[in-house]
Amino acid sequence: MNPESLARSLAQHPFCKDLTQGQNEFLAGCAKNARYEAGEYLVREGSLAESLFLVRAGSVAIESHIPGKGAVKVDTLAPGDILGWSVLLPPFRWHLDARALEPTLVFALDANCLRGKVQADHGFGYAFTLRLLAAASERLTHARLQQLDVYKAELG
Amino acid sequence: MDIWSLPRSRLGELIALLRARGYDVVGPTPRDGAIVYDSIESDAELPVGLGDEQSPGQYRVVPRDDGAVFGFAAGPGSFKRAFHVPEERLYRVQREGKTLRFVPEPVAPRKVALLGARGCDLSALRVLDRVLEGDRYRDERYAARRSEVLLIAVHCGSPSSTCFCSSMGTGPRAGGPWDLALTELTSGEHRFVVETGSPIGLALVRELGLLTASTLDKIHAAKVPVVAAQRITRRLEADGLGARLAKNLDHPRFAQVAERCLACANCTQVCPTCFCTTIEDFTDLDGAGAERRRRWDSCFNPEFSYIHGGPVRPSTRARYRQWMTHKLSSWHEQFGSSGCVGCGRCITWCPVGIDITEEARAIASAGTSEKAT
Amino acid sequence: MTDALLLESMEITRVRHETRDTFTFDLDARPRGGFRFAPGQFNMLYAFGLGEVPISISGDPLKPAVLTHTIRAVGPTTRGLEALKKGDGVGVRGPFGTPWPVDEAQGKDVIVVAGGIGLAPLRPAIYSMLSRRQAFGKLCIAYGARTPADILYEKEIERWRGRIDVDLEVTVDRGDPDWRGHTGVVTKLLRRFELTPESTVALLCGPEVMMRFASRELEGLGVPSARIYVSMERNMKCGVGSCGHCQLGPSFVCKDGPVYPLTKAEPLMGIREL
Repeated sequence: MNPESLARSLAQHPFCKDLTQGQNEFLAGCAKNARYEAGEYLVREGSLAESLFLVRAGSVAIESHIPGKGAVKVDTLAPGDILGWSVLLPPFRWHLDARALEPTLVFALDANCLRGKVQADHGFGYAFTLRLLAAASERLTHARLQQLDVYKAELG
Repeated sequence: MDIWSLPRSRLGELIALLRARGYDVVGPTPRDGAIVYDSIESDAELPVGLGDEQSPGQYRVVPRDDGAVFGFAAGPGSFKRAFHVPEERLYRVQREGKTLRFVPEPVAPRKVALLGARGCDLSALRVLDRVLEGDRYRDERYAARRSEVLLIAVHCGSPSSTCFCSSMGTGPRAGGPWDLALTELTSGEHRFVVETGSPIGLALVRELGLLTASTLDKIHAAKVPVVAAQRITRRLEADGLGARLAKNLDHPRFAQVAERCLACANCTQVCPTCFCTTIEDFTDLDGAGAERRRRWDSCFNPEFSYIHGGPVRPSTRARYRQWMTHKLSSWHEQFGSSGCVGCGRCITWCPVGIDITEEARAIASAGTSEKAT
Repeated sequence: MTDALLLESMEITRVRHETRDTFTFDLDARPRGGFRFAPGQFNMLYAFGLGEVPISISGDPLKPAVLTHTIRAVGPTTRGLEALKKGDGVGVRGPFGTPWPVDEAQGKDVIVVAGGIGLAPLRPAIYSMLSRRQAFGKLCIAYGARTPADILYEKEIERWRGRIDVDLEVTVDRGDPDWRGHTGVVTKLLRRFELTPESTVALLCGPEVMMRFASRELEGLGVPSARIYVSMERNMKCGVGSCGHCQLGPSFVCKDGPVYPLTKAEPLMGIREL
């Protein structure tokens, strides 16, 4: 994919909605396409956070490995979702595993490149961070509801 | 309309006449240190020469020196019990093979004459009628018991300190419809001034051969509820109260009153309009039959609001709020009137003397600024 | 003279075990000439000697010969019902309550959001819409369950999923290693459907907190709150607004609900312990 068409398809992703064309091209400078087969790990817990992923197609499970229970899924991501705010936050390491559940297409945004751009252009940095915050907030809201375990039977 | 005079000595004849006409006469009678309403057979069972002293959390029957028969205020019982009974079997359930058969418990037909109903009592019955007969749902058991009722009202001359009917527009003069309305006069010859409000009432007066009341007696009688109203000091500012309470459901006062409230449910038991019930199930010892019984329930019981997982209103604060705002606020939306008639029973019979008028005033006042806009 | 409290006996013709604690009864309504109800309404079911419970009707409103309820055994009465078998008699009275606004949804996109056993009261609405599918725009169903083992009506869900005129997504709060579907709460599914939000009708049923989260999410997507409907749960005992137990502010959930527009329910849901 040439840089122009990469920028164009990146702009279609919900994460990039309402970025200016300039900001979008700026961001595209860090992006590349990637494909993961079913069962393939996008990231492993503890490893260095080298990319932020924007899911384009397929689905991704967020898992944690619990001895005796195996890989426990805590969330699944679908097209439009993002993976990896660890890229901006020290110690830049993943907290959980992420594994493709089916053939999955993503934009992988290079972590070092992103950090550099966010530093270099604070206008862009603000727009980018706000999106990251929105995604984090949504994820946290859902996690809290999930934690409430609202369907549990209260035996009387 | 003529006004009649019934000598005190002939009150027993009225009761006898009603009984002869097939009415079960339900009137006031002293029992267990209180004046309650129950079936009576003669005027000897009435609370002759008895009055009461009431204040928040206090009730005492006291002797009167004028021999008055209706010289007391609302007691712990109300006429509600006669129609919306505290406990009854709804139906029996029989197993027939694998199927169940439900056999409704019939309501025995009964003509009832309520003797001595005050303005608050009559208003309370009208409120209950609306809830149990006048809405989309009709409680057939209540309707059957209520179908043949003769109302003999008494214009109240003896309010207690917990009464606030005058601000609720329900007394002390008993608003109609009633069949007969009595005003008791004890000075001079002990007598009742009798008004008729229906053909049956008039027929009773004719049958007793009552004489018309003197002009002076009519004037004396008219003054009785007026003087009574002057003695009532407790008030509930009912105007717009429902809307103001509904805006203040998180008022801190609810938490304060909950510190005193014992959630004992006394207020709901004595209230003449509280209608909540529950149904309980019982199985015969041999397991072949069962029955379903309905009894009064109370929103103060924690299990009242139970849903899967626990009660919706675990705190006393929420339960007091439910009771009070139902009575004074949501009742308007549900049934087109206040659920309170100002009889003061909940104040008297609250073991810690919580006063609904005081609480409502405190909670509603936070919303008064909105009224001005 | 009809006594709303009087039960009638109906015979169980079929029992299906849906999940570990949930089962479905079919009752034979033919001897009484069928049982007519509107989607969203509930009945009171009586287990001999134990008592009554309010249970939503979960069957097809176009098949009045069979009266279907899906019940979760969590208390003494529901466990008593669970112990019954084909041929046994159950006490029934109803139907009570307000229905889902299926007619209002005609010509509009519809999103059905169900959580846990909340799918049961919505199933009659789904049947009703599928029976005249062309009368509606998109039909989207989002269903969240606790675990894969708690998913109700599994075969039926697969059939609906297979239809090209239905968009259906299922998610579970807790997956297991074999679970291939979504993990996470039902609310996160909502933005994945391609709806025309301003002309969408949303039908929500599940735990109150899930409905609060889901309605906020739908409002965020642009669905007007007047077209979001929720089904509320309170302690329904009489079914006709005379026993007082199910009051929610000024309304009786048994007769003014259980289905409310969000505009009416939201102020009531917002007050704690109301």
